Amino acid sequence: MRTDIIEIRWHGRGGQGAITAAKIVANAAFVSGYKGVVMTPTFGTERRGAAIFTSLKISKNKIYDLSPIATPDMVIVLDHTLLEEVDVTAGLKENGLVVLNGPKPVSEYTFKGMKVAVSDITTHSVEAGLPPGIINSGIIGAFSKASGLVDIDVLIDAIEKEFSTKRPELNSKAAQIAYDNTAIGGM
Amino acid sequence: MHIIESGNVAAATGVKLSRAQVIAAYPITPQTPLTEKLSEFVEGGELDAQYIPVESEHSAMGVCIAASTAGTRAFTATSANGLLYMNEQLHWAVGARLPIVMCVANRGIGAPWTVWNDQQDTIAQRDVGWIQIYCNDHQQIIDSVIKAFRLAQSVSIPVMVCYDGYLLSHTYMPFDQPEQSKVDTFLPKFAPTHFLNPDDPANFNTVTLPDVRPGLDGKMAPGYIEIRHNLQEDLRASLDVYEEIDTAFAKDFGRGGNPFVEQYKCEDADFVAVCIGSLSYQLRDVIDIMRDNGVKIGVMGVQMYRPFPNQAIIAALDGKKCAIVFEKALSYGNQGALYADIKSALYNSKDKPLVHNYILGLGGREIKTRHLLDALNESCTAPETFGDSPRWIGLKL
Repeated sequence: MRTDIIEIRWHGRGGQGAITAAKIVANAAFVSGYKGVVMTPTFGTERRGAAIFTSLKISKNKIYDLSPIATPDMVIVLDHTLLEEVDVTAGLKENGLVVLNGPKPVSEYTFKGMKVAVSDITTHSVEAGLPPGIINSGIIGAFSKASGLVDIDVLIDAIEKEFSTKRPELNSKAAQIAYDNTAIGGM
Repeated sequence: MHIIESGNVAAATGVKLSRAQVIAAYPITPQTPLTEKLSEFVEGGELDAQYIPVESEHSAMGVCIAASTAGTRAFTATSANGLLYMNEQLHWAVGARLPIVMCVANRGIGAPWTVWNDQQDTIAQRDVGWIQIYCNDHQQIIDSVIKAFRLAQSVSIPVMVCYDGYLLSHTYMPFDQPEQSKVDTFLPKFAPTHFLNPDDPANFNTVTLPDVRPGLDGKMAPGYIEIRHNLQEDLRASLDVYEEIDTAFAKDFGRGGNPFVEQYKCEDADFVAVCIGSLSYQLRDVIDIMRDNGVKIGVMGVQMYRPFPNQAIIAALDGKKCAIVFEKALSYGNQGALYADIKSALYNSKDKPLVHNYILGLGGREIKTRHLLDALNESCTAPETFGDSPRWIGLKL
């Protein structure tokens, strides 16, 4: 089995922009030297509000297998209310990482044997000046802080490029505030 | 420049770079984002083309036939039942020798309805006379679209560029966008010798008789069977033409070199897995696992399915112990279509391999590495006892 692929599963609700967030991270990872990036959305059942997930695979080498992630290294959860309806840690590797947009302190969230990073993205995004509910730029900041995988400056460039016509500065500000306010715990 | 986008956007970008002049399409999942992107390009002034919305796929192909007959570069795209609805017009387009290019995001056919991937839609159209090229990733999609326009106008035969629905159409990965100026040099303007021109009225594709007959100019004109014979000859000759085009593309853009089949670890292999589309890439990782276990095995993707590259198939498989053909389509009541074609090609080879057939992934059933490993192990362990009937992978009966 290939061991060079980092597998990141994104959980969100239809309309929250999980796919766009994963695409931004894919772009930033590619710029950072990961020549293999593949982002595979869940197929065919996207409805606004419904639980969806998307698979992002990252490697220094070309990726050939496009099948959905079964054993992620980390999961990114855009909406803490999903915890009640989806087993977000399904298949998560031991010592894996959960990055969560949630309102409570990090100590309130426990995932057995996993690291957890929490940021109140919903609040931080409004502080950044975004309309309520825009959270997919903020979650990228939390991802960067918690995973250390892609540099925040590269991610902010990718955010401003993706949102070039949709409040690019406010979206990157939301990512920066989230980056500065991500608490890491667990294990 | 590299961008990370979906396979549908890769296809649309290839069409834009090829400067298609008329686009007619009807939306159908999973093709829809392709033609949406093209309508954006046209609306935003990035592509100087007529975008003609139509009420059905049959009309989409009808518009492409008219546009191509008038001497313009025409494009459409579809999937599954949309492609089937075009069927009569597909025959017409190729009989009229019109160099239309069409992308098909492969999807299973209803009934029952499925929006997910298999390849029954285009495989079922293998006998209409269109050239069929299949892609394994986004780079091959954008490059194949550009090559397809040049091939189509070189041989006056329409070309389908096929790629797996969702697996490629909706998945994001990096690919290089060729420079417009280089594409303009590679793909000359479409300048047909005959086209519908109000200043020079003519009839096209009128009734032919069973036999030859003198034309208005006194010269003998071909009958239906001669015209169809010429199509067959030109289709066979288009294998060489495509090889030349692929070589020219590789020289200009540094990519290509595998116009008919793409092989991975096949050189010293006893066993070769064979399939069409993105599955041939997924199988690479499985082949590596098999190799780690000491099995001499490789995988080959078939890139051009019509005209069928018999010589390339023989060159790749002659002398091997066993070819294991995986298919996401079936000639119902018989076997996998690719399996039958490969056996037919190998009938004339000196040292024929055994050939096995597996059917899998219909209607988007997930193809798991474990299933592929089990199938390959089954084939490699006792190759002589497999039989001539396809076996099914991942069934939950």
